Amino acid sequence: MATTGQEEFTLDTAAELAAKEGGSQIQGKSPWVLAGRRMRRNYVSLAFLGIFLLIVISCLLAPLYVSQVSHIPQNDVRTGATVVEHGKTVNVISQGGTKIVNGVPQIVFGGVPIGAQWGAAGGKYVLGADELGRDVGTRLLYGGRNSLFIGVTSAAICTTLSVVLALLAGYFGGIVDWIISRFFDLVWAFPVVLLGIALGTALSVNGFHHGPINVSSGSLWIPIGVISFVFIPYIGRPLRGQVLALRNREFIEAATAQGAGPVRIMFSELLPNVASSVLVLFTLIVANSILTEVGLSFLGAGVQLPNPSWGTMIQEGSKLLSTAPQISLFPGIAIALTVLSLNVFGDGLRDALDPRAKIRIEHG
Amino acid sequence: MLLVLLAVSFIVYFIFIVIPGGDPAQRIAGKVATQANILAIRKKLGLDQSFIVQWYDLVKALFTAKLVSYSNQTNVVDQIKQGLPATFSLAIGAGIIWFGFGVLVGTISAVTAGRISDRAITALALIGISMPVAWLGLILRFFLAGDGGSGVSWFPDGGYVPLSANPAQWFYHLILPWLTLAVLFIGFYGRVLRSNILDTINEDFVRTAKAKGLSSRRILVKHVLRASLIPIVTLFGLDFASVLGGGAIITETVYNLHGVGWYAAQSIASEDLPPLMGVTLFGAMFIVVFSLLVDIAYAYLDPRIRLS
Amino acid sequence: MAERLLEVKDLNVKFATEDGIVQAVDGISFDLERGKVLGIVGESGSGKSVTAMTLMGLTRGINARFDGEVLYKGTDLLQVSDRDMQNYRGNELGIIFQDPMTSLNPVYRIGEQIAEAIQAHENVGKRAARARTIELLRQVGIPNPESRVDDFPHQFSGGMRQRAMIAMALSCNPSILIADEPTTALDVTIQAQIVELVSRLKDDFDSAVIFITHDLGVIADIADEIIVMYAGRVVERGSKRDVFYDPQMPYTWGLLGSIPRLDRPRPERLHTIEGSPPSLINPPEGCKFRPRCPHAFDRCMQEPGLENRVETPGHLDRCWLDVDYKREHRDETISGGSTEAA
Repeated sequence: MATTGQEEFTLDTAAELAAKEGGSQIQGKSPWVLAGRRMRRNYVSLAFLGIFLLIVISCLLAPLYVSQVSHIPQNDVRTGATVVEHGKTVNVISQGGTKIVNGVPQIVFGGVPIGAQWGAAGGKYVLGADELGRDVGTRLLYGGRNSLFIGVTSAAICTTLSVVLALLAGYFGGIVDWIISRFFDLVWAFPVVLLGIALGTALSVNGFHHGPINVSSGSLWIPIGVISFVFIPYIGRPLRGQVLALRNREFIEAATAQGAGPVRIMFSELLPNVASSVLVLFTLIVANSILTEVGLSFLGAGVQLPNPSWGTMIQEGSKLLSTAPQISLFPGIAIALTVLSLNVFGDGLRDALDPRAKIRIEHG
Repeated sequence: MLLVLLAVSFIVYFIFIVIPGGDPAQRIAGKVATQANILAIRKKLGLDQSFIVQWYDLVKALFTAKLVSYSNQTNVVDQIKQGLPATFSLAIGAGIIWFGFGVLVGTISAVTAGRISDRAITALALIGISMPVAWLGLILRFFLAGDGGSGVSWFPDGGYVPLSANPAQWFYHLILPWLTLAVLFIGFYGRVLRSNILDTINEDFVRTAKAKGLSSRRILVKHVLRASLIPIVTLFGLDFASVLGGGAIITETVYNLHGVGWYAAQSIASEDLPPLMGVTLFGAMFIVVFSLLVDIAYAYLDPRIRLS
Repeated sequence: MAERLLEVKDLNVKFATEDGIVQAVDGISFDLERGKVLGIVGESGSGKSVTAMTLMGLTRGINARFDGEVLYKGTDLLQVSDRDMQNYRGNELGIIFQDPMTSLNPVYRIGEQIAEAIQAHENVGKRAARARTIELLRQVGIPNPESRVDDFPHQFSGGMRQRAMIAMALSCNPSILIADEPTTALDVTIQAQIVELVSRLKDDFDSAVIFITHDLGVIADIADEIIVMYAGRVVERGSKRDVFYDPQMPYTWGLLGSIPRLDRPRPERLHTIEGSPPSLINPPEGCKFRPRCPHAFDRCMQEPGLENRVETPGHLDRCWLDVDYKREHRDETISGGSTEAA
């Protein structure tokens, strides 16, 4: 048949049509190149990527510079210490006693940590102290290391496992697909936080000891394992669908006909085709993992003390909100900013790469 | 469905008995275990027997309401029942708010796509889904409730008043928890709906509706929204079930609502596992039941599924 | 003389896209009288569908710019407000689209969707609208319309869906029916039925038809006048007889050569037009078809105007080639070079 007429000519909107017609010019460029071009134009997205990287770098490099600024190590307890604020000596933790207010003696309870000093105390207690006299700013940076480490590592583990499962299910189909899909359904059937605290608590009693793997009860690897487990179906399910759809396409048949084995087809034919979705989902899962860590730690089923994480800091500060709001306030802002920057960047990435990738979130 | 529940109970068994190392009886007995207690648990859950028997005994204990918390000897199922009114009140109110506002916000955003209102909504929605719920709850409670030092006390400082005792107080006490829980979901639903609507607007049948000469309002409501809402219904079913089943643990804890989730949270500190087992199974049960309801709703909304 | 329903004068449609300005329609003009069928032919991206959608006001949007005039019974539709345009769509101008599966809303019954169109323009009750719907379904040849009216689109076959779409488009008795590739997604046997149906209903409803297709064969029977479009422009225009028997554009030859025909000796293979339609952002200089034209010469670097170059008045083309040269060589393309064998 002639060149005329064989191509589909759907007119969704005129603009889309126009875009398609214009597309004859840009044919031949790989989708990654196109996405990169779109990404470069998305300044908002790039700016938030910058913010995220800034947060990551300042947390990662904390051991290099924090001691020069605050002179207080992260877990250093200084209940009886004093700092010089604008030339005046002030207790880090206020002392109880009586105080004359308008001529009336009033009992003042002690134990109130000093608030944010910003620059006033020569770099010490920039963001104030907590109830043990520890430096909130220092702990914020060290806590960030843990929170970010948990977020990124668990997202990486979760994504890797989900991708492998989705490829297996989508490629082999049949009984393999059935088993993996039912596994996704089962994990999906549990409320995330509930499953997370159930696992977290069960594991935090005396750790995880099976075969060669020994994880002691206070380890960061427990929340990492828990978070990567609970999010598996959130990536696995959408990916499985994509793989299943690709499975029946001609290029897979062609690869099979050329004698490519299952592993080769899964990893060099199927994987590159879902890679853009994986990247987008990974970004969004990092954001959700960080939030889940906060939830678990807040409830006591995540990072265990004395390790700081943004979640445990919020939890510690929740008791002192009325007198020392800084303990909870700053980690919350740090989390919100980190997660926001990841979400904005992830959105931009999705618009550029794969406008259809969506993820269900839940961490109430 | 019974099969799914059995499988779910198997996962619960797996989480609590198999995955953690060490002696399960000692773990279940909690931090303040006596030797007699440990022996009793071992016997009751059949921990000295084969794994099928163990699982069976656990399921039996759960479904016959015999599971007991060992740290204070209370019956788990009774405790869950006590938490239901608070949890249901939280879930229903928050569900109405988040669904309603999610749809509203998503629709406005999609209809004005690219304009200032869309940008503002998108930015707010992103902030909404980026805040940790625990923190948002604490901050709202600190600034707006009680006399926590902020000077503003528009709302009561946490707690739950039964609807039957005092409807006005019930409502008053739940406003902040509802909002806290709803913020995340509004942001999320708004975003999903916005992108669904923008996808649907490009569908051929919407163009047909336009070509018929229908008003833009009618096209939006009857043709675009109807199609765009179908995936939202699935999401809502699952999320609502999760909250009904005690999934809003953080919100319940922050506002001291003595619901199912709060009950679960209480047992974390004492490492008291039976309540967690009970609540986890309970939560999963709601999701399983609601998935079924979602399938039915789907068939109603989309005739292609109904007839095939 | 028949009533002149539509007068399109120098219509230009431009879209802003990510890659630049797309000139989708470039200075097209035509008239349409009641009772006539105008065929618009061209490849994907030639601007024929954009033209149709623009007549309906369906290409409006922040990215689109229009110039020229679309006079419907004297009113310039390009100047009509979005709100007033609603009264024209469906009521004065009806349209049917290429893919009847996706063009019908899958979640509503066929009857509801047709009645909705009636009720949008006429103040009739539900019951009256339903009765009209059943009658329309009968007219477009749906068997057993009383029960089929309550079916969902997926219960209809492809041909029946397109019939339902036609019923919907004609439901308010529009003066102009635009058929935008209505047969492309259908089986060949059904195609003929749909074309026949459109032709018959045009007389029943006393309307005019704009029939858009990429396949000249489809409109061979029903068109009165044919416009051939390429890269957003009219490259040849004339009566059906002119275009089929005395085509002046090498592009038209290509289109004709790609139709399987029974009235001519079977060629070795059907003709294909090499290459693909040009970019509408940076169109080629001179004649837009030049890069694909086997007969192109120096002069083609300048764009030819749309002019009458043959004896028949009203037969216009955009080609510099000598008329006699063309008459001598065109059969090589149209009949696949097998003329000698005939």
